[in-house]
Amino acid sequence: MNFFLSIIFSFFAVVVVVLIPWIGVGALDLRVLFGIVIPYAAMATFFVGIVVRVIDWGRSPVPFRIPTTAGQEWSFPWIKRNRIDNPKGLGGVIMRMLFEVLTFRSLFRNTRLEYRRVNGVPKIDYEWEKWLWLAAILFHYSFLVIFLRHFRFFMEPVPAFVTLLQKLDGFMQMGAAPFNGFGLPGVYLTDMLLMAAVTWLLLRRILYSQMRYISLPADFFPLFLILSLGFTGMLMRYLLRVDVTKVKELAIGLFKFSPAVPEGIGVIFYIHLFILCVLIAYFPFSKLMHLAGVFLSPTRNLSNNSRFVRHVNPWNYPVPTHTYEEYEDEFRDLMIEAGLPVEKEPDATAGSEEKE
Amino acid sequence: MYDGGKIIVGLIIGLGLFLSPFFYNAGKAAKAPAPELTPKAKEAKVCVEPASYMRESHFTLLDEWRHTVVRDGERYYKGSEGKRYYKSLQRTCLECHSNYSKFCLECHNYLDVDPYCWDCHIQPEEKK
Repeated sequence: MNFFLSIIFSFFAVVVVVLIPWIGVGALDLRVLFGIVIPYAAMATFFVGIVVRVIDWGRSPVPFRIPTTAGQEWSFPWIKRNRIDNPKGLGGVIMRMLFEVLTFRSLFRNTRLEYRRVNGVPKIDYEWEKWLWLAAILFHYSFLVIFLRHFRFFMEPVPAFVTLLQKLDGFMQMGAAPFNGFGLPGVYLTDMLLMAAVTWLLLRRILYSQMRYISLPADFFPLFLILSLGFTGMLMRYLLRVDVTKVKELAIGLFKFSPAVPEGIGVIFYIHLFILCVLIAYFPFSKLMHLAGVFLSPTRNLSNNSRFVRHVNPWNYPVPTHTYEEYEDEFRDLMIEAGLPVEKEPDATAGSEEKE
Repeated sequence: MYDGGKIIVGLIIGLGLFLSPFFYNAGKAAKAPAPELTPKAKEAKVCVEPASYMRESHFTLLDEWRHTVVRDGERYYKGSEGKRYYKSLQRTCLECHSNYSKFCLECHNYLDVDPYCWDCHIQPEEKK
């Protein structure tokens, strides 16, 4: 699918995702379906899907260590080695994985190929591109903070770390903005950062020709979905308020397996919830599985020990072998009879073994 | 499975984190908040705006009051019912809703909301 069609297709897919609960709850009042049945179904899909996917990955053999490293391997004592980028054992691998998972280290090394013309002569540049890393890390940490902040709706009593996160996130008290309507004191930084970062992640797929070329609906759809998730969430917090007490009653009911849908929650909440349900139900089938996949990256989670540990390819075909020793054991008597030389004399074998 | 032990341990930890709300809430009495109205509030029957609006957006209203009073000096608010109100947290809102711990805190604690009203305003003493 070409780039333009991909965008249109994913955009309209998300529009449909928004319209379904809008009509479903707003017009048809199917609150039990959208408040209980679909969330449970989506959660089940999410958890079962992840387990199936990860176990499927775990069953795929990684026959060899893949030493795609950015550091000097352990060799001689007088050659300085890089313990983290080219680890020899478990400790280094753990460090490398921590850096990878928490700071997106390999993304930080991202470069971008650029063609230029200097005085009419074509030139290739590898640009030190950090915007992707910056947007990615802002996006992921903002999403994490927003997800954890939502635990104020998921847990009763609210745990202390949620209170702390909310305080830190809203510490600028940006609600004191010089206009009304955006007026809550706790305008959260992560809300803004998330939207800005996702917008950039979308724009780079549109602006860079190389990115445009490789972008598929599977890339645009999650981005639009997350954008609309953030947008409806912010809309609900700052402008179209809903009764959050009832929202929490609904959420707690779901988590206690005694679901009930309270009256009087605005449609915008069901739209937000439905987008989330679609996101998590889509999760195990999509590129979003890098949540689990990052832990199973063979170039990151395997120590580079191929030089001193033998790794046998697990799918090696079992080849029946017949060594010369076995051959001689089988035919020794006949060989002696025929006057052929043998390595072990029949009498000497038993005796020599005992001597040793 | 290859490295099955490690993968399964990781999977259990990961899913455990995602499922934590289920474990956390299990076996706890999740009592929904029930804010109490003072006799005076009950008697008045209506707030500045309809109850559903107040439940959802009272802070938007308070914020608007703050901005218009402090910055523009507009001290009167015309409710959607047509009645005029003096824009003041202490003299209008707290006049009826004088039971802070039973009215405000009931929901604010439930939802872990901590507005900074008393940074500027004087928290009224509650009459028992």
